[in-house]
Amino acid sequence: MISAIFEYQFMQNAFIASILASIVCGIIGVIVVEKKLVMMSGGIAHTAYGGVGLGYLLGFEPIIGAFLFSVSAALGIGAIKRRGGVQSDVIIGLFWSLGMALGIVFIALMPGYPPDLNSYLFGNILSVTKADLYLMIILSFLVVFIVIALFNDWKAYLFDEEFASIIGIKTVFLEYLLLVLVAMTVVVLIRVAGIILVLALLTAPSAMASIFSKRLKSRMIFAVIFGVIFCISGLWISYKLNIASGACIVILSVVCYFFTYAIRIVHIKMKRKNIASKQIVGEEESEV
Amino acid sequence: METAIHIDNLSVYYGETAAIKNICLDVKQGEFLGIIGPNGGGKSTLLKAILGLIPITTGNIQIYEKTIGKNRTAVGYVPQFATMDRRFPISVMEVVLTGRLKQGLSLFMKYSNEDKDIANEQLKRVGIDHLAKRQISELSGGEFQRLLIARALTVHPKLLLLDEPTASVDMNSREQIYHLLRELNKEITIVLVTHDLLAISSEVKKLACLNGKLVYHGEPLLNEHIVNELYGCPVDLIAHGVPHRVLKEHEEGIAK
Ligand SMILES: Nc1ncnc2c1ncn2[C@@H]1O[C@H](COP(=O)(O)OP(=O)(O)OP(=O)(O)O)[C@@H](O)[C@H]1O
Ligand SMILES: [Mg+2]
Repeated sequence: MISAIFEYQFMQNAFIASILASIVCGIIGVIVVEKKLVMMSGGIAHTAYGGVGLGYLLGFEPIIGAFLFSVSAALGIGAIKRRGGVQSDVIIGLFWSLGMALGIVFIALMPGYPPDLNSYLFGNILSVTKADLYLMIILSFLVVFIVIALFNDWKAYLFDEEFASIIGIKTVFLEYLLLVLVAMTVVVLIRVAGIILVLALLTAPSAMASIFSKRLKSRMIFAVIFGVIFCISGLWISYKLNIASGACIVILSVVCYFFTYAIRIVHIKMKRKNIASKQIVGEEESEV
Repeated sequence: METAIHIDNLSVYYGETAAIKNICLDVKQGEFLGIIGPNGGGKSTLLKAILGLIPITTGNIQIYEKTIGKNRTAVGYVPQFATMDRRFPISVMEVVLTGRLKQGLSLFMKYSNEDKDIANEQLKRVGIDHLAKRQISELSGGEFQRLLIARALTVHPKLLLLDEPTASVDMNSREQIYHLLRELNKEITIVLVTHDLLAISSEVKKLACLNGKLVYHGEPLLNEHIVNELYGCPVDLIAHGVPHRVLKEHEEGIAK
């Protein structure tokens, strides 16, 4: 694979795309998991399908359409949720299926033979184009910059929104900004994992990081590292076996997560046993 | 004397139901106001309205002659129920430091040494400075409660609102918290919501009784009539050994 990276442009693109995807999904993934926005992210991602369809119908880059649709979905869901009166998972569900339905309608309206949308649904990192890559670079840079620049405000907001608003931090602005960041992240991830599989990339690295670290910043760093490992090895497997990259990366991430989880459970159980047996020995000795 | 809180004809509705109705209340600078009342009496609602956390239906509230939006840094708040996720990856020190954040948004902000000293000092004040490096998930309920007080103090407020700060702390810590409040009250105004009638008798300078409306506001002396209107069962209170300063009517009955 290493020689292929130097040889083929598409492999270079795929490699850069995986690194970018790992960075944003590590950082935003930790926030999404902590703020319990996993389903929200799913909704935003699936709404993007409508944008992809519109792009094909009107003849512009589908990824731009995906970007516009996910950002509008993020703002729309955020606005309705803030207004109250409706449960947020209801709105998420509605946006989720509306986006998909619009995508199907737009594609059906297209004259001629329908395009293959699989690479948007399931991700095909090997088909990343230069235009995709430029958009991904810009979005990743924005996401990382915004999170780092406001890190302390984010921390206060994520931990306790009420207190943050009492001391005058602009929590409403942060709420919308966070949803837009999620939308941007989703767009970066679409080419790598696909609309349907995005959730795994957002959750698996950060969930795994939460096993290894109890601090927000180091959790993000761990999540980025895990993301890089999953994406690059997934890419390698998909290149060798000629299977869609999204599926490989997702299966790898999820399997790794459950594996780590199982090891941790066993580890904790053994520790408990050790402590218990020590206590028993201690009691016996004291009886003697 | 300066007025810390001026509440004029305040009503707050949740949907159709009124939580508090037509409240008029002034709190002077340097006062120590205790608020008591039955569950659902609107105590937390009143504090949240003062803080601008919930929309008020009618009336208006002023903090040091300005609206709360213009005077945020003057007020510290210790909530009744921690709404946040206790498993959030953040340390005790980091939580207290959030009290030092500037209003609005600050780009690439780093906490200064002064911020850290202030945070440490407040942790010491509530007696949990030895836990500074702990993750909040590793704190007990009472330790967490004290952390919230330390965080509120880090803002350096002129006015401190506390919603049942002693509900889950042990007797020693409770004594310590009241001692701290007494100290703080030399400089700042305090509003304390509590079900702890013992505290009301010995700590507060003024008392407000809230049961949807303001049943009583004045010296911390209660007569049977007010208690009756407030809880509907004065006898119970007496049976629990409420000291005589609270229940004026029974003063004669208890040997001094
Ligand atoms: N978010 C809400 N939505 C609808 N009604 C609410 C809400 N919060 C409180 N209420 C209602 O408003 C009334 C006052 O509630 P509040 O929390 O202010 O009482 P409280 O005096 O603090 O009680 P407690 O002693 O139990 O803390 C109650 O009847 C409650 O049912
Ligand atoms: Mg309350």
